[in-house]
Amino acid sequence: MSQGVDVVGLYVRDQDEALAFYVEKLGFRVHTDVRNGDFRWLTVQHPEQPSFQLGLFTPGPPLQDEATAQALRALVAKGAMPPLVLAVDDCRAAYERMLGLGVEFTQEPVDRFGSVDAGFRDPSGNGWKMIGARRH
Amino acid sequence: MPSDALPPTQDPDLLRRLLRAKDRMDAASHEAWPVSRLASLSGVSEAHFARSFKQAFGVPPHRYLLTRRIERATALLRDTDLPITEIAFQTGWESLGTFGRTFRDITGESPSVNRERSRAQAHQLDRVPLCIVSAAHRPGLETAVSEKRRREAGGTKAPSK
Repeated sequence: MSQGVDVVGLYVRDQDEALAFYVEKLGFRVHTDVRNGDFRWLTVQHPEQPSFQLGLFTPGPPLQDEATAQALRALVAKGAMPPLVLAVDDCRAAYERMLGLGVEFTQEPVDRFGSVDAGFRDPSGNGWKMIGARRH
Repeated sequence: MPSDALPPTQDPDLLRRLLRAKDRMDAASHEAWPVSRLASLSGVSEAHFARSFKQAFGVPPHRYLLTRRIERATALLRDTDLPITEIAFQTGWESLGTFGRTFRDITGESPSVNRERSRAQAHQLDRVPLCIVSAAHRPGLETAVSEKRRREAGGTKAPSK
């Protein structure tokens, strides 16, 4: 297949903080980092998934007025944004590695229906589920 | 106050710290969570914590904790063969009586009836992450348990006052 979703954006509290988290702790790498005045288009990608970019964006002008941006910042901080799911080969190994890097886990790995999943948050409050491949 | 003033919203940094306390309750709802413990996780005073938490999440912290315990008990009733006494202890209650009474007040049925009913239904939950399954089964709790008990009692007998 040569078509599909190219970029999905996340709202984050601070782009530098998010960049450090996604690159240094989750192992993503920078795809695009372009500034235009106060606006910064920043995307990262998983090294094994070059066709998909995760955008790390901050609410605010020019895309939102200040009241909207303030509401969005509050929602992100309350963990109210939609869940994200990260697929890994080995959930327990990834958990140990990320825990050692200081990732804030909300759920230790648990077995469920033959797969293992854990939960963590990025520094902004976005909730991730990390699911290990189902054993066959 | 000018009509175009921004509505009062909470500071995102405070909300992020309140979320941390909420996450900790989520991860270990069977533990005791006095407000002092929650407040220290969020780095605020006890009075400020209780007020801010309710404003942020729409429910006071202790009532939120109750919903998580009931939700977990419901899952254990559905998914395991554990005796109900054991489920009561595992989900943070100190007595079977308190667990059974609270469970019935919140869900409208006893733990054993809930177990029978949920097992009679088909489930296809393996495609959905655990946290989503949990959230979908979390009981709504719009009023305090004591208020609910009083309201239901009001339909069958005169208020005690």
